[in-house]
Amino acid sequence: MTTTAKTDKVLIAVEQVSKSFPRPDAKGEFTVLSNINLTVAAGEVVALLGRSGSGKSTLLRIMAGLIPPTTGQVISNGKRLQGPNKDVAMVFQSFALLPWLTVQENVELGLEARGVQREERKKRALKAIDLVGLDGFESAYPKELSGGMRQRVGFARAFVIEPKVLFMDEPFSALDVLTAENLRGEIDDLWNAKTFPAQSILIVTHNIEEAVFLADRIIILGSNPGHIRGEVVIDLPRPHDRTNVRFQALVDYIYTVMTNPEAEVSKEAAIAPKAVPAPPPKSPYAQSLPHARVGGISGLLELIVEQPEGKEDIPRLAERLQLEVDDLLPILDAAVMLGFAEVTQGDVHLTEIGRDFATTTIQRSKDLFRQQVLQHVPMVVSIVQTLREKQNGSMRADFFIDLLDEYFPTAEAEQQFATAVDWGRYAELFEYDASEERLYLPEPVAADSKE
Amino acid sequence: MLKLTFPSPEVLRRFPFGLADIAIILGTLVLLGLIARVGAGALTSFVPPQVVPSVSLDPHHLPYYAARSTLRMFIALFFSTLFTLIYGYIAAKNRRAEKVLIPLLDILQSVPILGFLSITVTGFIALFPGSLLGLEAASVFAIFTSQVWNMTFSFYQSLKTIPQELDEAARLYQLSGWQRFTKLELPAATIGLLWNAMMSFGGGWFFVAASEAISILNQKYTLPGLGSYVAAATSAQNLPALGWALVAIIVVIILVDQLFWRPLIAWADKFRLEMSAAVEVPDSWLFELFKAARLPRLLGQALTPVGEAINRLLSALTPPPSSHSAYQNDQQNESDDRLYNFSLLLIIGALLVAGLHFILTTVGLAEVFKTFLLGLFTLGRVMVVLVLATLIWTPVGVAIGFHPRLARLLQPVVQFLASFPANFIFPFATLFFIRNHISLNWGSILLMAIGAQWYILFNSIAGAMSIPTDLREMAKDVGLHGWLLWRKLIIPGIFSAWVTGAITASGGAWNASIVAEVVSWGQTTLTAVGLGAYIAEATTVGDWPRITLGIGMMSLYVVGLNRILWRRLYQLAETKYHL
Repeated sequence: MTTTAKTDKVLIAVEQVSKSFPRPDAKGEFTVLSNINLTVAAGEVVALLGRSGSGKSTLLRIMAGLIPPTTGQVISNGKRLQGPNKDVAMVFQSFALLPWLTVQENVELGLEARGVQREERKKRALKAIDLVGLDGFESAYPKELSGGMRQRVGFARAFVIEPKVLFMDEPFSALDVLTAENLRGEIDDLWNAKTFPAQSILIVTHNIEEAVFLADRIIILGSNPGHIRGEVVIDLPRPHDRTNVRFQALVDYIYTVMTNPEAEVSKEAAIAPKAVPAPPPKSPYAQSLPHARVGGISGLLELIVEQPEGKEDIPRLAERLQLEVDDLLPILDAAVMLGFAEVTQGDVHLTEIGRDFATTTIQRSKDLFRQQVLQHVPMVVSIVQTLREKQNGSMRADFFIDLLDEYFPTAEAEQQFATAVDWGRYAELFEYDASEERLYLPEPVAADSKE
Repeated sequence: MLKLTFPSPEVLRRFPFGLADIAIILGTLVLLGLIARVGAGALTSFVPPQVVPSVSLDPHHLPYYAARSTLRMFIALFFSTLFTLIYGYIAAKNRRAEKVLIPLLDILQSVPILGFLSITVTGFIALFPGSLLGLEAASVFAIFTSQVWNMTFSFYQSLKTIPQELDEAARLYQLSGWQRFTKLELPAATIGLLWNAMMSFGGGWFFVAASEAISILNQKYTLPGLGSYVAAATSAQNLPALGWALVAIIVVIILVDQLFWRPLIAWADKFRLEMSAAVEVPDSWLFELFKAARLPRLLGQALTPVGEAINRLLSALTPPPSSHSAYQNDQQNESDDRLYNFSLLLIIGALLVAGLHFILTTVGLAEVFKTFLLGLFTLGRVMVVLVLATLIWTPVGVAIGFHPRLARLLQPVVQFLASFPANFIFPFATLFFIRNHISLNWGSILLMAIGAQWYILFNSIAGAMSIPTDLREMAKDVGLHGWLLWRKLIIPGIFSAWVTGAITASGGAWNASIVAEVVSWGQTTLTAVGLGAYIAEATTVGDWPRITLGIGMMSLYVVGLNRILWRRLYQLAETKYHL
C-alpha cells in the first residue's frame, strides 16, 4: 500500500490566530481560540480533534473565511484570507442542503454561483453524483433520501467545484453508526485510490477512532480557551487497518491524552503522559464542572463495577456504550473529579468510595455523593455557604450565573449552573425553583433530620 | 423520474394536449376576460363630489359587485407582497434600519386602520381628480394596511431564522445576492408568508366591506362592490337583498380559497425546511390538475433559457460580499452608532414635542381626558368579549380538538367563519337590537364578538390537538376529571395556543369597535359610549384634530395592552407551558 503522497506545498496556513467574542452587556471579551498555528499541506488528511468547547468548529470556520479572526491571519494559496475561502468546499454536519432543490440542483449550486454554463454545469454535476454513488437520484428531493444519502449529496456538492482543500465539519456524526461506518469507508477508499477531487482534507471530529482511521496527522485541541496541545502523526500504511496493534495503541494513547487535560502530547505517541495536578483555581466559580448528570455518573460506575477488578478499557467502554467522546468523557471526568474513579493508561478503575457508591442503597449513595461534592466541588460549597448567610436561605439564580459569567461564556455559564444545581439537588444540599429561578436551602425535615 | 403516479410522458405524447391542458387553457381565458371586464369599471370617470356611482339592489348585479370587491382584494395583496419583500428584506439585512423598522411595524400593527380611512380617502381623491381611481385607491389602501403588517413580520422572522449552516453554505459557495435571495431566502420564507397572507386576506374582507361605502365631511362616497351593496340595502331596509349579499360573500370566499389559496399552499409544501416528510401533505384538486397538465411544464422548459439569462444578469449585478468588511463594520463603527442613536433620540424628542403642542393648543387636555375615559369603556367591552368567548368556545374547542376526525372536518369551517366579514351580519343584529330595545352599549359587545370569537375557538382546537395522547391517557389513568382535569392538563396544555388566539381576537375587537359602536338601520342610528363611536363620529363630520386624537388614544390602548398583558402572557406560554 502507498503511504501518503504528502508534499511540502502548503495550501493553508494559520498564523497566530486568536478569536474572542464580545460578552453580552459589554463586559469585555471571551477568548475562544488563542494563538493557533497550523498548516495544511497538499496530499495530506488532517484531523482537528477536541472536546466540545475547544473551538475546533470555530477554527474551521475561520480557515473557511466564514468568520474573521480577531488577531493573526490565515494564508490560503499564498494570499491573506479576507472573505469566504474560494479554495475550499465544506461538508456540513447537518448536510445543509436546500430542501426545495433536487439533488442535481443542490449539487449545481456552487457551479451556478461561479457562472458555469448550464450544459457544462449539468455534465459536471452528473459526474459528481455518479462519484458518490447517487446515480439515478438526480431528480429526487433531499426529503426523499435517507440521512446517509443526503450526506452523499453534501459530498457531491463539495466535490463538483474541485476545491484545493475539502473541509468536513463532523460529517458523519448526524448519521447512525452503520451508515457512518459505510460512508466513512467509501470516502477513505476514494482518497486512497488517488481519484479524490481535492488535494487535501481537513476534518473536524470528536470521534477518536474516526480521526485515527482517516487522518495522516491529528491535531489535538485543548479547551478554555481553545489552543493546540500538540499533534499525533499516524504512522500507518493507508488504508489504516483497525486490527493493527499500532492502530489500537494510537487510539488508546489519544484517549489517555484526552482524559488528561494536563498531559503533554507527543508526536510519536510513545511517551507515557505524566499527570500534572491542576493548579488550584482562583475562585470557586472558575472551576469548570464537566457536563454530567448524576444519573449518568452512577450508571457508568455501575457498569464498571461489574467488570473484573472494577476496571475497564476506555475505548472499549465507548464502543460498548455507543457513546462518542463528547458524551462519555464528561461523565468520566465527573467520576474522577468526585473521587469515584481514576484513569490511568487508557483504563478507568473505581476507587473504594466509587465501588461503595455504585453498589449501595439510594439514601446511602446520596450521603456519599454529598460528602464527595462538599470535598471536591468548591462551587457547590460556595453556593451552600452563600445560601446559609442569607436570612431567608434563598438566592436568585442570576447571582450565581453572574459570578460564573466572569469565567465562562454566557451559554457555558448557564450549563455550569445547571450542572451545579443537578449535583446539589441530588446531594440534598439545596433546592431549586425553576419558575422563580431561585435556590433555597432545604427545609429541615422535622423529626429525623440527618444532620 | 420519480413521479410515476402521474400520466407517463408516453400517454401524454399521444394527444397534443391532455384534458388537464384544455381545462387550464379555458380557465385562464375565462379569468383574463373577467379581469378585463371588471377592471374596466374601475377606470370610470366621475366628478366628485357631484356625481357618485350609485349601487343597484338588484341581485343580478351581485356577481359584478363581488368581482369588483375581489379585484380590490387581489390588488391590495399584490402591493402587500411587494411591500413585505422590500421592507422585510431591509429590516433583516441592515442592522440600523432594523432598529427603527421593527418597532415601527409593531406600532403600525396596533393602529386601528378603519380610523384612517377618512384621511386616506380625501388624500387619494385629491391625487386622482375626476376619476373613481382615487376612491378605488383609498379602498385598496385600507385593505393593504389590514394585510401587510403580519406578512412583513413573518418574512422578516423567516430571514432572521435561516439555519446557520445553510447560511454558511451559501456564503462559502459564493452565491450572489440574487441567487441567495431566490434559492435560499425567499423559499425559506414562502410557507410562513403564504399562511400569513391567507389569514390576512381573510381579515381583509372586513375592510373591503367597511371601506367601499363611507361618509366623510357629510359626503357619502360609494364604490361598486359587496360592501356598498350591503350599506345600500341597510339604508333601504331591504332584508332579501342583505340575504343575497350573504350568499355572494360566502361563494366568493369559498371560490378564492379553492382556486387560489389551496393550490398555492399545496405547491408551497416543497419549501418546508424540516427534512422529515410532512405528516399531512396539503392537497388541492386544482394543483393536481396543473401537475397533470403538460402545458405548464412545456412553457417552463421553453422559458428556461430566458430565466437563465435573467439570473445571470441579476447575479452579475449583485456580487457576493468578498470580504469581512460587513463584520468588521459591526465592531468598528461604535462612534457612528452613537451618532445614529443620538439622531434617533432627536427625532423621537421632536415628535413628542409636536404631540404635546398638538394636545395643548389644538384639542386641549380636557378632550384628552375625555377620550381616555371613552377608551376605558371600549377596553371593558374588549375584555368582556375575550372572557365570554373564552368561557363559551374553549370547552367547545377542546371537545372538538380531542376528536381528531371531528377536528379535521370542522377546522376548515371555523377557518371560514374567522375570515367571514362580521360587518355583513351587523344589519341583522342592528334590527334585532331595535326590535328588542337593546342598548348598543351592550349590543356592541355582541357585534365585536361576531368576528373576534372565532380566533379563540380556532386556537383552542389547535391547542387541544397538540396535547400528547400519552398525557391524556395518563390523566384518565390517575383519574383526573372535571375541573381538576382542566386545571392540571387542559388549561396548561392549550395555554400558548389560547394566548395566540386571544391576541388576534383582541386586535380584531379593537378594530371592530369603530364600526360596532355606531350602527344604523334605515333612518335609525344607534350609538354606544366608547372610543370607537368617538372616532366614527369625528370621521363623519370631518373633525381632523379629534380623529387624530381618537386614533392616537386607541393606538396607545392597544400598544399598552400588548406591553402590559399580552407580552407577559406570551413569555409565560413560551417558558412554562411549552409542550
